[in-house]
Amino acid sequence: MKTIITAAEPNLKSLMDLRFGRCQYFCLFDDANGGVSFIKNEGQDAQGGAGTKAAEKMISLGVKRIISGDFGPKAKELLDKFQIQLIKITDNNKSINEIISSIK
Amino acid sequence: MRVFSLSLQKIISMPRRRQPRKIVAPPKFREYRPYGHQGESTGTVELLYEEYESIKLADYDGLSHHQACVLMGISRPTFARIYESARRKIAQALVETKKIKSVFGNVYFDRNWYKCTKCHNLFTLPDSIHERLCPMCKSNKIEFINSNQ
Repeated sequence: MKTIITAAEPNLKSLMDLRFGRCQYFCLFDDANGGVSFIKNEGQDAQGGAGTKAAEKMISLGVKRIISGDFGPKAKELLDKFQIQLIKITDNNKSINEIISSIK
Repeated sequence: MRVFSLSLQKIISMPRRRQPRKIVAPPKFREYRPYGHQGESTGTVELLYEEYESIKLADYDGLSHHQACVLMGISRPTFARIYESARRKIAQALVETKKIKSVFGNVYFDRNWYKCTKCHNLFTLPDSIHERLCPMCKSNKIEFINSNQ
């Protein structure tokens, strides 16, 4: 199952980004082979519709679960429709590494 | 004075945007068809999702219109109008032996957040996930919270 974690920097020690549509990087974790890759979020400086664009990207990547700090209403509606599980982390001092080890 | 009345007319003639109605789940059928009727079947009535939901809340779950309208995120008069329209459509289908087709209306789906009481993270549980566990700490101590909070 593919999981996306929103990241502030493209490495495992970085903190999680608390925004979904306007996060810096998406960390893609695949628990089938344990592979981790980072994808730059191109919509982070968009005028509008950043959440929708990010959600469309998630759907095209075939992600089943997204971990972030918060989701906007438009992104949430779209992701709900595609049966993607959303997780809001309340503790904002967690690193990507810690999150990955807790969902493994 | 004339300018004022013209601009007022413009405001009045522009319809207000419809508030989307919140529903928990779409109906589990596409169509109901009459069986064993005499003569030709005479067409279809289109039952909107929100109309189905109003019948379900008021008649199946037995809620009052007030409780039901809060759940759907609309005012009580609006709920009453949708409910009335649903009943008329179903009555029409029964009397005139029409098919009842479920049609996506002006709705959005309510998928509320769950909270894990152990690690305090919030998450959703889509229909594709059957186990009711916290995805982060695998605890089963989860509670349902309202999305408005």
